[in-house]
Amino acid sequence: MATSPTRTDARRPGRWARLQARSIEQLHVRLESLIVLIALSTLMAILSPYFLSVSNFLNILLATSTIGVLAIAATFVLSSGGLDLSLGSVLGFSGVCGAAVAVKLGAPMPIAVIATIGAGALAGLVNGLIITRAFVPAFIVTLGMLGIARGLALVISDGRVIYGLPNAMVYLGQGRPFGIPMPVIIFIVTAIVTHMVLAYTRYGRHTLAIGDSENAARTSGINVDFHRLTLYVLSGGLAGLAGLLFATRINSGDPTAGIAYELTAITAAIIGGTNLFGGRGSILGTMIGALIMGVLQNGLNLLAVQSYYQQMAIGGVLILAVFIDQYQVRKESRI
Amino acid sequence: MTLLTVSGIRKSFGAVDVLHGVDFSVGAGEVLGLVGDNGAGKSTLMKIVTGMYKADAGDVVLGGTSVLDLSPGERRAKGIEMIYQDLALAKQQDVAANIFLGREPVRRVFGVNFVDRTKMKQDAQAMITRLGANLPAINRPVGSFSGGQQQSVAIARALTFNPKVVIMDEPTAALAVREVQGVLDLIRQLRDQGIGVILISHRLNDVLSVTDRIVVLHHGRAAANLVTKETTMTDVVSAIVGGGDMAEAAAHEAQG
Ligand SMILES: Nc1ncnc2c1ncn2[C@@H]1O[C@H](COP(=O)(O)OP(=O)(O)OP(=O)(O)O)[C@@H](O)[C@H]1O
Ligand SMILES: [Mg+2]
Repeated sequence: MATSPTRTDARRPGRWARLQARSIEQLHVRLESLIVLIALSTLMAILSPYFLSVSNFLNILLATSTIGVLAIAATFVLSSGGLDLSLGSVLGFSGVCGAAVAVKLGAPMPIAVIATIGAGALAGLVNGLIITRAFVPAFIVTLGMLGIARGLALVISDGRVIYGLPNAMVYLGQGRPFGIPMPVIIFIVTAIVTHMVLAYTRYGRHTLAIGDSENAARTSGINVDFHRLTLYVLSGGLAGLAGLLFATRINSGDPTAGIAYELTAITAAIIGGTNLFGGRGSILGTMIGALIMGVLQNGLNLLAVQSYYQQMAIGGVLILAVFIDQYQVRKESRI
Repeated sequence: MTLLTVSGIRKSFGAVDVLHGVDFSVGAGEVLGLVGDNGAGKSTLMKIVTGMYKADAGDVVLGGTSVLDLSPGERRAKGIEMIYQDLALAKQQDVAANIFLGREPVRRVFGVNFVDRTKMKQDAQAMITRLGANLPAINRPVGSFSGGQQQSVAIARALTFNPKVVIMDEPTAALAVREVQGVLDLIRQLRDQGIGVILISHRLNDVLSVTDRIVVLHHGRAAANLVTKETTMTDVVSAIVGGGDMAEAAAHEAQG
């Protein structure tokens, strides 16, 4: 009885809490997620000698890059109090669009790249317009889009994988300048830019404020509806970028690409400290969340755990992360 | 000199008719009390002034030009500020973020505007100090503050950008005696700076002590427009409840 967790906390007055607050304020990162990442990595290093090699590290980053970009999209939308369940489908849809433009229409690489990202942004625009103009809840609209975008991907590709992207495009997925995989470079650059946007620009601060209190944002003169719209376009565009990374890595547009990826992306964002109900979130935190997912998957692979179980592990981690978050919120507000 | 003129405002929510033709005005350096029963439509009327609600009819004129077509943000930029009854704070954000929400100062780095957190914090601290508000820490989420402390943050947000008209919807509802006096002093200061103040309050003593005029909302209309100096508690109470002999209720109010 005397060693319940709350008692232990009470004996260390505020030190841990202060450290947590400092970490969030200055690094925009939750300390717990960093500790989980380190602990998980240590565990994997002990379990598998191969884990701590440079090539495995790049493997993890490469495997994380697609999901990581999707998780960035999830972070923007979730921290604004929204939700985008269509991320995985839009990834598949935009990859197919890009492949169709490049292979079937024979368009040059820049056009195909723009088409891929643009297809995602367009899907996001449709989401955003319906959510902000027709007042249909984001949960329903993006759930609908999950089906629509996947269906469109199958229609456009006639249900078949579109092979044979031009070399210039494949380089984006398979090139290795300085030995570093291109997707990793694109992912890290995207993460840095979006981190700056969310943490340090007015756009980012308004995103969090809208998620925190729509009323506060409106009374302060923020154009909430338009801001929301841009967030869904951004989310779709990032899903398009993820679709580009995916397609160019496998050198084809696969209409079944990214199924259930939104699960991992949202999980990564929430493990990284994004508030499921809005008002809090950072890309740096999400990167740590995505790396936790990456290390977990990589470790399970190294330990030869079947992929079916991996899917279960991801779902379990999502529920656990939200549980811990809610537990802390309840503790703070002393309910 | 009139600063803000509101005329013929009508508003209904579905079948509920709240305001049917309200007129009033506030001058620069004038404190106007707005009183009325619960549900009389005071908050609704003020949200129409700030642009949060759209009126069904009528006009809102600031300094000679109509602001009816402007968004809440544009009206704020023109100098209409309001402390909302529910405070309208972003509870997970800190004091500076709330005070500067929508108007964050920026610094240009490599052609990109970044929010100037340092300046924000300094200015927020200065404003809080100027108001004499008692906050535990400026970098904490405002949701962790007491009701009165949150009210101070909402007041600070309304006063930071040199407003022309400040609307206060129950600004003292959550405040202790000393803090109430602080807000009343603040209202007098604002008046002396030539700012028009609209005070909504159920504390009629406060309203009588700090305002120049009192508008009473009753049955969706400005039922009375009283000059405070020539008005007694009885007059105000009877206008609020709609006529009759209110000596007893007024006596009760005067004690409270
Ligand atoms: N958003 C809304 N939707 C529907 N009805 C509303 C809305 N806002 C206010 N009302 C109705 O309008 C009427 C006036 O409400 P309002 O909040 O303006 O009153 P008030 O004078 O500010 O009251 P109080 O003194 O209790 O704050 C009430 O009957 C209320 O139910
Ligand atoms: Mg009210």
